[in-house]
Amino acid sequence: MSRWVSTMVWLLVLVAFAALGSITDDERLMTLAIQTFIFAALASSWNVLGGFAGQVSLGHAAFFGLGALITRELWLGEMALPLAIVIALAVTAAVAAAVGLPMLRFRGIYFSVGTLALGVAVWITAGNVWPGISSLPADALREYEFTGPYYVALGVVAVVVAVSMWLKRSKLGLGMMAVREDEEAASATGVSALAYKMIAFVISAVLAALAGAAFAFFSVSYYPQFPFSVVWTFEAITIVFVGGVGTIVGPLVGSVFFVVGRDMLSSTFPEIQVLTFGVLFIVVVLLLPGGFVEAGQRLFKLVSRGGADQKAKTGIRPGEREGKEKT
Amino acid sequence: MTQLVLQSAVSGLLVGGMYGLVALGLALAFGVLKVLNVAHGELVMLGGYAAFLIFTERGIDPLLSMPLVFVVLAFIGVVLYQLLFRFVVRFDIEKRIKNSLLISFGLVLILQAIAVLLFTGDDRSIVTGYSSAAWVVGMVRIPWVRLSGLVVAVIAAVALEWLLTRTTFGHAVRGTAEDWSLASLAGVDVRRVYMIAFAISAGLAGLAGSMVSLGYSVNPTIGLGWTLKALVVIVLAGLGSMRGIVLAGMLLGLIEGLASVWVGGPYRGVVALVVFLVVLSFRPQGLFGRGGAYV
Repeated sequence: MSRWVSTMVWLLVLVAFAALGSITDDERLMTLAIQTFIFAALASSWNVLGGFAGQVSLGHAAFFGLGALITRELWLGEMALPLAIVIALAVTAAVAAAVGLPMLRFRGIYFSVGTLALGVAVWITAGNVWPGISSLPADALREYEFTGPYYVALGVVAVVVAVSMWLKRSKLGLGMMAVREDEEAASATGVSALAYKMIAFVISAVLAALAGAAFAFFSVSYYPQFPFSVVWTFEAITIVFVGGVGTIVGPLVGSVFFVVGRDMLSSTFPEIQVLTFGVLFIVVVLLLPGGFVEAGQRLFKLVSRGGADQKAKTGIRPGEREGKEKT
Repeated sequence: MTQLVLQSAVSGLLVGGMYGLVALGLALAFGVLKVLNVAHGELVMLGGYAAFLIFTERGIDPLLSMPLVFVVLAFIGVVLYQLLFRFVVRFDIEKRIKNSLLISFGLVLILQAIAVLLFTGDDRSIVTGYSSAAWVVGMVRIPWVRLSGLVVAVIAAVALEWLLTRTTFGHAVRGTAEDWSLASLAGVDVRRVYMIAFAISAGLAGLAGSMVSLGYSVNPTIGLGWTLKALVVIVLAGLGSMRGIVLAGMLLGLIEGLASVWVGGPYRGVVALVVFLVVLSFRPQGLFGRGGAYV
């Protein structure tokens, strides 16, 4: 698929979702769509750092929460939403730049546990500083409509996906992937591993804050501590890996699976729902190690040239001899 | 003031022993199988319910029923290994950590849901004749039930270290942890070692659960909190020393205890995590870790 065709397809999808927002006024459908958008944006933002640059952060919710907190406070303080979001993103970028440097000195599992510790520390602090519930004022509550949040959340996903696509094709993204594959080799060929990891960390944090802003605008009332919860991080990672890590489509497909799957099961008891979802999730991870995207690619290959593949299996494939010599 | 500081320090050390006990099992699974089982805290929770049920149904004291709880949880560990983690250890090491993280996250959801269905969401704890008994040393009060948690942690760490360093099976375990393919060439049944190590890891979670239901309380959602503490303890200690893990747990508890006096109760967790990050910055191999060692 050429670049232009794929861009057109993405634009068509966007237009279709935009149209859907003005056609339907089914509240359940709108809520599901908004939740999917928020999760898709959050998961895609984690994917920039975890999928492209290969740094598994377990403290991602800190930036989601920060974006939500600042946007909500400024917006409820009578500031225009776009301005509130811009300020939230700027503050998040500054915080991420300050925190990123000491964190990225840790490697592998130490980075994961380090970011986890940071995320939990911020989570507890947020709960201590803002113990009260954050609700929309009565006037706003009476006028509440799903259309506004729907388009804001859709716009947020569009921005996050666009940035991810641009990154994946740019030199910057290539540098990140080089660091992911082999940090030493990348450094030896003149790629500054730390610089690329820092850029990925800051972009990822800012995009997470953007998702947080959509959450703050959508939610009627919640505890300010809630978006800082580690559970958001775990859910984002879940979505990314179920969909396909390091891909653009993966986090999007994963979030549809996650939100719709959870909702479809919610007609039964909540415990049964969680139980079923847990089992389903493990089955997906065990049977499709590359996520939905890889499974889809395999299926596509199988359908498009099933006969040729069958023949290839009987003969010696290139690489097979090499493999044998290695072992 | 001195009394408050001393009491908080002692309470912190006692809780810290429990952090160490939870971390022992997690470290064993991580060191040997290279799987990160974030559902370890849920196994602690199940152990807590097991001890609670044995106490309420049969009236057996949790300190006496501990071996039974160990066996029950070790059995659950074998089942989980055969159903799930057996497939994870087929991957190379980096993929193992990722896949085990995902699978055990699913396991967290499942075990929590099962616990709510079976035991409801209420807090449970075991009340025995000695529940309120305590030694008073000077100005400091040491509750028996909490002290027993620390004692069990120390005994478990010493026993585990003896098993790993003094027995043939332990040598097989450490060899497997170091390089499973070399161990396999040397005649070690790697799959069996994996299964038994995971069973012991789950059994240790059972011991921790017994002590949690005795000195603290159990409900279906306690798991994540214990897992997080245990993760911090493992990185703080560094792999390679089981005694080091219990010491690091006590250190974490001590910092939390003192922070609750000097910084304020709500921030004790934050202070401990900040100290952890600082230690990690200056000693990435951990406080007691031996470079290159796994268990």
